[in-house]
Amino acid sequence: MKYYTYFPGCSSSDGGAKAYGSSALAVAKALDVELVELEDWNCCGSTPYTSVDELASLCTSARNLALAEKRGLDLVTPCSSCYVILSRTNSHLKEYPELRVKVGKALAAGDLEYHGTVRVRHLLDILVNDIGLDEIASRVKRDLSGLKVAPYYGCQVVRPGPSFDHPESPQSLDRLIESLGAEATPFPLKARCCGGSLIIPEEDVALGLVNKLLDSAVGGGAECIITVCPLCQTNLDVYQGRVNKKFKTHYKIPVLFFTQLVGLAMGMGIKELGIEKCIVSAEKILAGYIER
Amino acid sequence: METKVQRSKTLVEEICAIPGGEGILDCIQCGTCSASCPNASRMDHTPRMLIAMARAGMREEVLSSNAMWFCASCYLCTVRCPRDIKPTELMHALECLAVRQSLSNERTRTPIMYRSFSDFVYSIGSVPEVGFMTWFYLLSNPLRALKMAPLALSLLKHGRMSIKARRLKPEAERQLRAILDKAEVLGGMS
Ligand code: SF4
Ligand code: SF4
Repeated sequence: MKYYTYFPGCSSSDGGAKAYGSSALAVAKALDVELVELEDWNCCGSTPYTSVDELASLCTSARNLALAEKRGLDLVTPCSSCYVILSRTNSHLKEYPELRVKVGKALAAGDLEYHGTVRVRHLLDILVNDIGLDEIASRVKRDLSGLKVAPYYGCQVVRPGPSFDHPESPQSLDRLIESLGAEATPFPLKARCCGGSLIIPEEDVALGLVNKLLDSAVGGGAECIITVCPLCQTNLDVYQGRVNKKFKTHYKIPVLFFTQLVGLAMGMGIKELGIEKCIVSAEKILAGYIER
Repeated sequence: METKVQRSKTLVEEICAIPGGEGILDCIQCGTCSASCPNASRMDHTPRMLIAMARAGMREEVLSSNAMWFCASCYLCTVRCPRDIKPTELMHALECLAVRQSLSNERTRTPIMYRSFSDFVYSIGSVPEVGFMTWFYLLSNPLRALKMAPLALSLLKHGRMSIKARRLKPEAERQLRAILDKAEVLGGMS
């Protein structure tokens, strides 16, 4: 059994990416990983917030780290954005002593202190490096051979780093797909940007980026895409219809969370993993594998 | 203690005072950041130009630029910059300064979105997506809210819209607010 403190983030807890959170927990349990949710966590301090009020955003983020420090375990999140923000708070506090003093004073107002010892990790890192691909491969119960999967990393799981994988041509997700028995397809833009939260205020810009990504994934022969971030999944899946409308394209490629694919390989069901929540339905391409 | 006779800070000094902004001094204007940026073509000034303009003291032009608001924090510039400058952090620093000086920016809606986001964090500690989006569209452009209705409906149909916001326990909510109130008294990063 391995133990971690778990930070789901707003989207995966009960936002649009609920299925990410629930499939992450289901898969972790099946792999003998105990993810204990950080009690009374708040928003990670998210990027949009960083731009408006730096200190408040760092303090928001630091409250989570201070709470996590009391438990003394690595803090794991499935959200790439939370991962970057929480890591950035750590490195900012380390690099800028004056800031550390200010954040310390603010935390003290809430009877908290933070000593900078929490290691922030992404769930993908835990699966690939702590549990290990051999172990995961040994738990595979369903034959996924022939399923062509595009590994979409996006940005923040590998950048700015230092991270557990290469910042521009990462491999961990490719290897995970292979260890599940499926096929990782070539995907030149696999670590390029989906537009992130710009999809709300500047939809056109983000749709342009999503269009390029979908084109790159489909061009590599993929039948589905897997992601490691709720924002990426939302942009590629929920907005796929808007891309089709804007660019007169005909994409119809399902976008799953990587935990859903792991769960499938381990024999879990579509419902159990929340796969029916994908806007672009994945049931059809998966049907053959479920019945095998 | 600041006194009134002090000369006001230059733009570069202000940027340097924000953690992450100090890199601006080391830029060699190679343009790697602009060439890497997925959104450079949408920006009125590329990241490299913005840096040059800031160093030339073009305060108005820099702080009213739309460039930083088009930054998606993809960090590609940051991992490629030969001087380890972290242009992403520079973009954040400029956003902060722009907001601080409340120069209104009519060429992008992003600042409004960010504002609505932080309103939520302050008041309840988390971001309910439905509430957040509604709030944002109402603040920016109510007509867009209507255009987005089909998308919202399809999310609802797939069980991906929660109407209720996740709330912290009252004592946790109080704790967060005490921390943020203190942060406000401490007055920002620089
Ligand atoms: S990549 Fe770095 S050194 Fe080159 S122009 Fe951009 S910030 Fe300056
Ligand atoms: S982090 Fe921002 S400025 Fe840098 S390349 Fe990405 S979008 Fe452009």
